[in-house]
Formats: sequence, structure tokens, C-alpha cells
Amino acid sequence: MKVKKILAAAISMAMCAGMFAGCGDTGSGGSGGDKDGNGGAARADGELIKVGIINNDPNESGYRTANDKDLKATFSKENGFDASFSYSLKNDEQITAAQKFIQDDVDYLLLSAADTAGWDSVLKDAQDAGVKVILFDRTIDADPSLYEASIVSDMAKEGQTAVDWLKGQGLDKYEVIHIQGVMGSAAQKGRSQALTDTAASDGWTIVTEQTAEWNAEKAQQIVQSVIDSGKTFNVIYAENDDMAKGAVAALDKANISHGVGKDVVVMGFDCNKWALEELKAGNWNYDGQCNPFQSSYIKDIIDKLEAGETISEKTIIMDEKGFDAATITQEDVDSYGI
Amino acid sequence: MPSNALKPPKTSKIPNIFRNQIFIPIAALLILAVFNLIADPTFFRITLDQNSNGDPVLNGYIITVIDYGSELAILALGMTLVTAASGGQDISVGAGIAIAGSVLLRVLCGADSRSAELQAPIIVGFLASCLVAMIFGAFNGSLVAFFKIQPMVATLILFTAGRSIAAWINHNELPIVSDETFSYFGNYIPGIPVPTPFFIAVACFIIMWALLKFTTLGLYVQSVGINEKTSRLNGLNPELIKLLTYVILGVCVAIAGFIKVSRLSTINYSVIAKDIEMDAILAVALGGNALSGGKFSMGSSILGAYVIQFLTTTLYKFDVKSDALPAYKAVVVILLVIMSAPAVREKLSRLAKKLHPAKAAAENS
Repeated sequence: MKVKKILAAAISMAMCAGMFAGCGDTGSGGSGGDKDGNGGAARADGELIKVGIINNDPNESGYRTANDKDLKATFSKENGFDASFSYSLKNDEQITAAQKFIQDDVDYLLLSAADTAGWDSVLKDAQDAGVKVILFDRTIDADPSLYEASIVSDMAKEGQTAVDWLKGQGLDKYEVIHIQGVMGSAAQKGRSQALTDTAASDGWTIVTEQTAEWNAEKAQQIVQSVIDSGKTFNVIYAENDDMAKGAVAALDKANISHGVGKDVVVMGFDCNKWALEELKAGNWNYDGQCNPFQSSYIKDIIDKLEAGETISEKTIIMDEKGFDAATITQEDVDSYGI
Repeated sequence: MPSNALKPPKTSKIPNIFRNQIFIPIAALLILAVFNLIADPTFFRITLDQNSNGDPVLNGYIITVIDYGSELAILALGMTLVTAASGGQDISVGAGIAIAGSVLLRVLCGADSRSAELQAPIIVGFLASCLVAMIFGAFNGSLVAFFKIQPMVATLILFTAGRSIAAWINHNELPIVSDETFSYFGNYIPGIPVPTPFFIAVACFIIMWALLKFTTLGLYVQSVGINEKTSRLNGLNPELIKLLTYVILGVCVAIAGFIKVSRLSTINYSVIAKDIEMDAILAVALGGNALSGGKFSMGSSILGAYVIQFLTTTLYKFDVKSDALPAYKAVVVILLVIMSAPAVREKLSRLAKKLHPAKAAAENS
């Protein structure tokens, strides 16, 4: 028994240690490329600007991977930054990381919050400590005076651009399979809303509306189920590229042609490189961008703040494009693919 | 329905289908089949069409069931052994599939995630992923066998870390295999209209059946599961047997991962085989196996896995919101757990005795 107890204690201690190590998992991000290379942000005395970056797990999606790479490349030592990174998909862990960064006296705290709520007190601490907060990718429910700026994608606009494009195709009939992302996420809400509204106002038929939770395989099963049921459809509106890929796999299996000038219009989002290549090959019709490259916007703001200027607009919405298979070029694939 | 975990059916002189373990999944399957037959008989329609490559393929809901149920059935094989030997379940199989798939793609694509040609034969990639999955299985198994950690807690480590490890193996890239032959394993071999995953699953069943039939594995696993101390006194090595079951599960994970990755010729670490561990455990439970270990029936587990896919496909057909699917599965789990609870079983057997006093007397004597 005694041995067991000691062992249990040892294991629990090891696990606790592991948890702390996980929380404080901050790597120095100096290894990125020298994308800008001008070092313009460095202070006159050559001192590095200390930035704490709290992001979601880069493994979450291709979007996040590109986002993390972009941040690492911009906030490098060469550019005059001393950046620390912390990753978590959980709000409470992110808040702990924020507190740690504030204690470490960072100059700027860059935050992509996992959840919109619960940030007031920690941001107040940041303000008291003189740490300037910049939100990116995701907004939070907190008083705007607590942060300097927020750089976001307008998901509703992304959806609207895509749906407007679809409307502009002038199909004889609209029978849409709507494959949604994880319900309640900002991307899902924005992209779904546009389609739902237009379908109601223009009398489009929604053949099925299901969440595949960003999962290609679930999307494949959902489309497979529609095909098995014998219902007709001519548009697949998938809220990300992975799900569009899954849907297309089901179409291929059932010998339903898809792409430019074919039976089914395929639409995706996020502009993964492979997806844009599918577009260029004419297998898909449309891909909406969700811009992961916020770092240049953030750097502009930091440069301005360092120069003593004030930020006129708190919320900055990034430019986002939608690509049409008919007009996409190799250059687009190379520069916008993530 | 009382399971035969306490009383093997041989004690009864009258062969009784209700006492057989396989009755539970068969009953569930029948209920679903009858429901579908009444609601919409076209559920059972199978058509022979061509896919976009011009190859013949079978289409229909039933084909979808045997296609997508195959990975689950393969996992259920290993999960049944793990459950029987260690009296607990491995909840890291989903993360394990991500790791195995990632290794497979790493070997096939090499350093370039978008390479046009395979950098290694598929079999080499598969064997490498098998090896890695077995090592992770052995890691779980040794935590359970030698350190006596609760299986769910021990496998929680990989459950949490596995997907990050998978992403790390490919440096966060999402490789895509462009070679056509790689996609055969998750889809169709040209000219053969039955989905390949089903053949792979059947091959696994045959190997597992042979393993149980011609070796003492099944017997040893059960005796360790029923009473570890007694098996040690009888000269068995319980730790080694537990470890072995986790390694076998590792192989099953690698095969399931292979099929999953092959379906779309790519991988997404955060969502591949998401929540499949729950389905695999449910398959074992639905097969009437005691989740606390001991005796098991492999056939029932396999059937259980296909029943779960049958349920999923049925729910998709009726446009049930896919994020509500776990709720329906939860209902099944609750029913199973209640039915197998000792208190309920006692009541049921008392009820049975009242209805058939003569038979009960004969059985008790």
C-alpha cells in the first residue's frame, strides 16, 4: 500500500509539473524569417520591444499555422522585437499566460482570445501596469478603452461576398447543400448568416444544412447521405476548405461532375494553397479568403504607438478577397494560399 | 437482458438466443433495420453506378454503413482485448490515429509536404506507422500494466498530447499525397465495386479469429481480466498480457489510421478520427462485453461497431443535426449501462423466474 501511495503522489506531482510546464510554454520566436528585415520598429537606443503573444494552438488549422508563422516572422529579433509566445485553446489558460506576461513587464500584449468573455480584470491589470493590448483575429466582450486596437476578419462580410458571387452566377435553380463549421464559432455564424438570409429572400432551396465541425470526413458522410437519398442539388457551400474537400470526395464517388461549367458548384473558405490549386484546375468554383496575416497591421499600430501617435480607429477590418475559378491566376495561388 | 458474463450459456440445456451475448447487438440492429424499413424502405436500396473515374462502384446507405463502419470495427477488435484484459478502455485511439496517419504521410511524402511522387513505397509507410503506433500502444500498456494506473487516466496523457505530437511529426504541415494508388485503400480499387475498407476489415477479422482460435491469447486475456492474482498463480504473466493487448490495439489504430488518411489522401490533425474513442468503446459495450473486463465476445463487438455506424447513417438520413449525434449515442450508452447494472439484472432474472418457474428451477438445479 505504501509503495502505491508514494507512487501515486509522485505521479500526481509529475503531472502537476507537466501542467505548469504546459502553461508556461513560451518559446522565443526569433527563428522566423526576416520578412520585413528593415528593423524599423526598434527603439532609438537599440532596446528590443518586448511583446507577449497569446494565440490559439497553431495545430488547430491551416489558418492558425499560417497566422503563427506570420507572427513569428514579423516579431523577430531582426525587426527589433523580443517576442514570447503562448498557445492555448482554453480561455483560463490564456488568462494565466496573460498574467504572466504582465508580470514579465512586456510592452505589448497581443491577444487572440479563445473565448469572448472573462477578460476584463486581466486587461485592467495590464492597463495599470502600462502594458498596451492589441487584439487580433478575435474580438472580446470588454470595454474598448482596455485595448488599443482590434484587428479582425469580418466573417459576415466573407459570407456575403461569397453569397453575392453565387447569386451573380445566375443558375437556373439554387439547391444548396450547406455544410457548417463548429456551431457558434464566429466563422460559422458569419458565413451561415449570409446564406440563410439570401436563401430566404431569393427562394433558394437548402437541401440540407448540417454541421461537419470543420471535419472533411463528416462532410463526406453528410454529402454521401444526400446522394444516397436521391435528392438533387447543384451547389455545395462548405464553410471551410477541408469540408469542401470531403464533399467533393463524395461527389467523385457518385460520378457527379463539379467545378467550372459542371453540374455542381463547389464553394469553400480559407484559401488553403491546395484549395486554390483545385480552383485553378477548375474542380472548384469559389474560395473565400480569411486573412491570417494580421502581423503587418499589428506592426503598423505598434510603430505608430512608439512614435507617439494615437490610433484613430479601434477596430480594423482586414481586406479579404474571394477567388473565382474562372479568373484565378498562379500568382494569386502563390501569394494568397496559406 | 442479462448477459452471460456470470453464467455461460452451456449451463442451460435449452439453447436460448436471449442468453447469448450477441443477442444485444443483433437486437439493436433489428430495431434499426425495422425502423428504417417502415420509415423509408429505399434505405436498403443498393445500386451499381460508376464513379468519376468510370469504375463500377456500389452505392446506397447499406454500402455507406459497411464502408465507414470498417475503421470502427477494426478499432473495436483491439479495444475489446484491452477492455477484457485491463478492465478499462484506451481513450487515446483518436489521437493515435492522428499520430499513425502523420507518420504514414511523413514517410510517403518525405520532407516536401506536396511532393508529386511517393518518396517511399506505401507498404514501408504503413509498416513505419504500425511500428510507431505499437510503441505508443506499449507506452500506454506499460503505464497500465507496470505502474497500475487506471487505463483511462493513463491513456489521457496521449489523448491530450497525441494530436500535437502528430502535428509536430510533419512540422505543422498538412501533406497531400497525389499518388492515385494511395487512395485505393480508403475508397475503391478500380474494377471492384465494394469499398476497400470493408476488405481490409474482413482481413483483420480473419487474422483476429485465427489468433484467438489457434493461440491461447483469448484464454489468457480473459483469465487476466477475471482475476489477475489467480492467473499469476497459474503461471501467467498478467503484466505482459496487458501490455500485449495494448500493442495489438496499436496495430489496429495504425490500420484504421491508414484507411482514414487514404480516404482523402491528406490529414487534419485536430479533427481526424475525432471522438472515435467513444464510438469504439460504445461498440465494445454494445457487443455486451463487460467494461470491467473478463470474458469477451469478439463477434459481438464487431457487430456492435457496424450497428453504431448504422445508427449514425440512419440519423444522417433523417437530417438529424450532426452535432446532436453524440446525444443519441449517449441514450444508447445509458440504456446499456442500466441494463447491465447488477440491480437491474437481478430484477430481470427474478421476473424471468416468475414467468417461467419450471425452467428456472431446472436451471438452478
